[in-house]
Amino acid sequence: MGMFRFGLLLLLLAVHWGPALSDLVISKLDRRIDLTSQIVRMTMSFKVENTGPDPVSKVSLTFPEHQANNLALIVAVNTQGKGKTRGPTTNLPITISQPDNNSPPSLIWYAASLPKDLVKGESLTIDVLAVFTHTLRPFPEKITQSESQLFLFQESAHFPSPYKVKSQSMTVKLPTENAESYTKLENTKFANSEIKYGPYENLPPFSYSPVIIHFPSNKPFAVAQELIREIEISHWGNVQITEHYSLIHGGAQSTGEFSRLDFQTRPHVRGASGFRNLLAMLPPRAHSIYYRDAIGNISTSNIYSDSSKTLLEIEPRYPMFGGWKTSFTIGYGLPLQDFLFQSEGSRFLNITFGSPMNDILVENLTVKIVLPEGSKDISVSVPFPVKQSQETKFSHLDIAGRPTMVVEKTNAVPEHNQYFQVHYKFSNISLLTEPLMLIFGFFSLFIACIIYMHADITISKSSPSYLAKLQWDEVLGSIQQLQEVINRSLIVHEKLEASLRELSRTGDVQGCKAVRKAADTLLKDLSKESKPLLSLLQSSPQAAHIIHKVEELVVKERDLQEKIMMKHAMVVDSYEKKSGGRDIDNRVAAIQQKITAVKQEVDHLLEFVEDI
Amino acid sequence: MVGKVDAAKGGAKSLQSPASNQATSKPDLSSISTTFSFKTLKLKTKQQELLIRVTILGLVYILAFITRLFSVLRYESMIHEFDPYFNYRTTLYLTEKGFYEFWNWFDSESWYPLGRIIGGTLYPGLMVTAAIIYWTLKFLRFAVHIREVCVLTAPFFASNTTIVAYFFGKEVWDSGAGLVAAALIAICPGYISRSVAGSYDNEGVAIFALLLTFYLFVKAVNTGSLAWSLASAFGYFYMVSAWGGYVFIINLIPLYVLVLLITGRYSMRLYVAYNCMYIVGMLLAMQIRFVGFQHVQSGEHMAAMGVFFLIQVFYFLVYVKHMLNDTKLFQALLRIGVTSAVAVGAIALGLGTASGYISPWTGRFYSLLDPTYAKDHIPIIASVSEHQPTAWSSFMFDFHILLFLFPAGLYFCFKRLSDATIFIVMYGLTSMYFAGVMVRLILVATPAVCLISAIAVSATIKNLTQAIRGKTTQTTTKALSKQQASLDQTIPYLKNGATALLLGAFYLLSRYAIHCTWVTSEAYSSPSIVLAARGAHGQRIIFDDYREAYFWIRQNTPSDAKIMSWWDYGYQITAMGNRTVIVDNNTWNNTHIATVGRAMSSYEDEAYEIMRSLDVDYVLVVFGGVTGYSSDDINKFLWMVRIGGGVFPVIKEPDYLVNGEYRVDKGAAPKMLNCLMYKLCYYRFGELTTEYGKPPGYDRARGVEIGNKDVKLEYLEEAFTTSNWIVRIYKVKPPTNRW
Repeated sequence: MGMFRFGLLLLLLAVHWGPALSDLVISKLDRRIDLTSQIVRMTMSFKVENTGPDPVSKVSLTFPEHQANNLALIVAVNTQGKGKTRGPTTNLPITISQPDNNSPPSLIWYAASLPKDLVKGESLTIDVLAVFTHTLRPFPEKITQSESQLFLFQESAHFPSPYKVKSQSMTVKLPTENAESYTKLENTKFANSEIKYGPYENLPPFSYSPVIIHFPSNKPFAVAQELIREIEISHWGNVQITEHYSLIHGGAQSTGEFSRLDFQTRPHVRGASGFRNLLAMLPPRAHSIYYRDAIGNISTSNIYSDSSKTLLEIEPRYPMFGGWKTSFTIGYGLPLQDFLFQSEGSRFLNITFGSPMNDILVENLTVKIVLPEGSKDISVSVPFPVKQSQETKFSHLDIAGRPTMVVEKTNAVPEHNQYFQVHYKFSNISLLTEPLMLIFGFFSLFIACIIYMHADITISKSSPSYLAKLQWDEVLGSIQQLQEVINRSLIVHEKLEASLRELSRTGDVQGCKAVRKAADTLLKDLSKESKPLLSLLQSSPQAAHIIHKVEELVVKERDLQEKIMMKHAMVVDSYEKKSGGRDIDNRVAAIQQKITAVKQEVDHLLEFVEDI
Repeated sequence: MVGKVDAAKGGAKSLQSPASNQATSKPDLSSISTTFSFKTLKLKTKQQELLIRVTILGLVYILAFITRLFSVLRYESMIHEFDPYFNYRTTLYLTEKGFYEFWNWFDSESWYPLGRIIGGTLYPGLMVTAAIIYWTLKFLRFAVHIREVCVLTAPFFASNTTIVAYFFGKEVWDSGAGLVAAALIAICPGYISRSVAGSYDNEGVAIFALLLTFYLFVKAVNTGSLAWSLASAFGYFYMVSAWGGYVFIINLIPLYVLVLLITGRYSMRLYVAYNCMYIVGMLLAMQIRFVGFQHVQSGEHMAAMGVFFLIQVFYFLVYVKHMLNDTKLFQALLRIGVTSAVAVGAIALGLGTASGYISPWTGRFYSLLDPTYAKDHIPIIASVSEHQPTAWSSFMFDFHILLFLFPAGLYFCFKRLSDATIFIVMYGLTSMYFAGVMVRLILVATPAVCLISAIAVSATIKNLTQAIRGKTTQTTTKALSKQQASLDQTIPYLKNGATALLLGAFYLLSRYAIHCTWVTSEAYSSPSIVLAARGAHGQRIIFDDYREAYFWIRQNTPSDAKIMSWWDYGYQITAMGNRTVIVDNNTWNNTHIATVGRAMSSYEDEAYEIMRSLDVDYVLVVFGGVTGYSSDDINKFLWMVRIGGGVFPVIKEPDYLVNGEYRVDKGAAPKMLNCLMYKLCYYRFGELTTEYGKPPGYDRARGVEIGNKDVKLEYLEEAFTTSNWIVRIYKVKPPTNRW
């Protein structure tokens, strides 16, 4: 009941401070108060006239303290002309200016500076928008699931202006067409969900006439107790926005059972006070949209997008009833070129400030603008007063961290969703640091691998196992060489065979003989080559378990060599004697069989040696 | 589909490997004509072989990782099931507060009012591993969330397991078998079931540790190297820190040593390997607080100690034999020595057990040796579905063709017995037995089955390709050698037959790859927190009720509220709901769980007394009657009755049954119809029509119309029910004023 007492006090004071402050007179004052959402919007248009001799540069607006504390935004504009001849509007800067002595203590004064001084006899029309939060009080404070929410709204039917008011009226718009009760004064009308008070004529300054309206409202009372918006700029073409909400249903507290059955069968009757979903209006071309909370993705969301906007409909995990809380995160990416611009060597980001949610009240809004690493000369310009600070954020591949501007604002309403600018300097070369770091990282990894593969990191160079390893390497080397030698001689065998085939085709005995001669010398060379290798293997203790196989290989190969030579000689011989083809075949058959057998053995041995 | 293609590719790759080894190992004589090109190509083939091997391994490594990402694609990057939520919560704590805080953490949010000493009652391996990965990434300037690290830990370790499997296969058989083993284990459903992305459980890293320990030990036995056996001790330490399944290692290795001793394969290599591994491994394992002095005090670990002493006796005898040079004397000494050693061991064991120094075997261990033990004595173990004996179908499901390749592989192992093959045979046989006892131990058997099957596949394909190639080289020459001729006579269509068999093998292996991919995507990738179903028009319906309820608890209950639910949901409630629970999945205190079971199965007024004494503020039940979700609390209820009745004889199972039948409809037992669980599940359910054409109160999970449609609650009130009624939360009313 504090407010009622306060009202009384004000009334008394109003009588006391009877004489007007200045000689301004308000000739006509219209107020419209919109109660259709949780945020109370008051639009006021009045005509002010200077009746005194002194020119006036400021017009004072006063609000009772309890309203002023909840005042989220106040804007005053001056419009020249009226109706169709409406001229350009000018914004009037507003400051709080408490007069020194002659003010009732529970009034807060705002002064709107006029574009030019108002001299005697002149008049001016001023439009004021004042937005209040937390001014609707649920009554009763606790309701059950099936009840509707009822709210109390308090206002004075007379605007407590410091000036005389010749004529004024107030219209209150309710969300529904019925009200539980409302204060009936003279000239009170209630029609079509609007209550109209007035007009009241010739009111003295600071006149006060309390009005209380008790009305039902089941509009969503979504209050974000905390909203952290993080705007991260990547010069690779993306602006990533992450918004962490912690939301509460700010209406009447829910009490008693929550019955899913009731809610399911008749949601608009038994569950009218709760809200199920929220609507966010994201900029067009928003992409990679996600909606999650501390324990994972929330699957109940929809996106409708067209060229002018992206509409995101999100549903919290459970329906929100009075006093219920939830918290979640939405994130989305935006194309960089839509929001980042360049001017005079510096860049600036131009993006909206507040929450994209419809009709949400944000009690504590923190906007963080994360600029790329290496940004300099950062400045933020916001069209309304905010608290600013700077911090550093560490993200992928950051060394010095990304400079982050933190802008804080309490009681942010949708009207605060205005564009603001962040100016900074950033050179394009810094863009390459991170890819270069990655490249360098991988490069050094490979270099390290190469060094490891090639360096000998044995601690004790004289240990037996190390020496054994060295010896074994030597053995492997010589075996490989030996293998090569044998393979080469096998090729020579192939050549001999080929020459025989040539012989049978052309009958060129001399050519064939020449081939044999060449092959003979070649084979001798090869066997010379193999000797030191073999002796080395024989002397090495490491090769003890394989030496017999290797020796066998060499022996067999020589055997094969001899047999092939023999065969060659025989065939050539028979050609010289002009024996028939069948005859040659018969003579060679026995030796050919042996050759095949030996050859297979050599192959097996070779395979074995290769496996070592 | 991407995963599927890759899986098939991986399977095919594994098949190629032995063939490619063959191709490269033999110089191709006919195609090469000049000496120069021959030489260069010769060098290249060696390198090619290495390149192919490394490429296959690399592909298998990637395949093992990506096939486990189905769960992320199908659902999201989230922690699955029950236990992983505890692991996740502790990991979060570890990364936020540091190791010492974690080690000394007393968690008052679980087991109210008892609390839980976290550091002393968990295997920290998994959490520390994830934290180290997280810290490393952070150090390398990758700003990842710890949740992503936890989600991907299991697939990462599964990939590492394939590498270990390759080396193990190479050690046991040859590199071809190693490659096949790596490919098989990469996609084997038996392993995937516990290592999909999000399955952040101990088993994820433990299988890696298990296989690593075994590999290192076999390597140590093969080489007799102190370094390898030390490495295996560290592998064992990692395993102990990660999973209670380390008991399998500490019993299998001594058994293996014993078998080697009996079969006369004792060697100095074995002596070095076992002693070093046992002593160092034991000392390291004692550093884990949860394990503590169990290595010297508990019955499960006594086999290892016994074998340790036995091998010393053996060594001593060998030494004496070496010194004596007299067989008769030695025989006598042997008899005396062995008898006295066994006697001393038996007496020590008897004394230890009698004095209580050595604890007897735990129930879980008993239930492994005797599958019926748990059912009769410890209902809390028997109540867990993954502790049930394995059905044939799940063997088929998890192993597919490996089930048939396993005996073939055993045949090959027996044909080429060595220390290593004996080990893998023993590992395979014992783990197969355990897999038969408990469903979840299929996991332990999987690496062995994969390795042994890989031997079968590799050896078979090697033989077949040899037969084919042997024939082709022969056809170039006119005459046949004697050997070949005789072979040809016995098998007339050798080449064709071999080709057909090879194609058959390819077909089987590709079926395996397809099956594995299908199983992974359909069966093993569900997080079980989020349920998915197909709607009437084929669209996907998601039931996210669990998280809905947990998040409601997290946001809308007082921060000190105590939640009572069946123990299954304890970890999830603490991790996601951030509230204190009465019991959770760490079922260490049977009485406490029984108290909850008793409360659930009592009448409301009796239950109210119990709940008041436990300071319960909210009760949470899981109910599938609306959606037809069958693993709900009504279906688990009999276990609550059994566990409750096991401690509190006032609860009698027959009271809830009608002629030994469990029912919830009109014919149900009166106590059933009025117990707390029934009331909480079916509160106001009687007014709801769940299915068209059925009466209201039709329970879709059990397909009956419920028996008590008019449930009235006196001491509790409905606080929240999720959108599909799967989770229902009730508030315990404060006591009414007396005046």
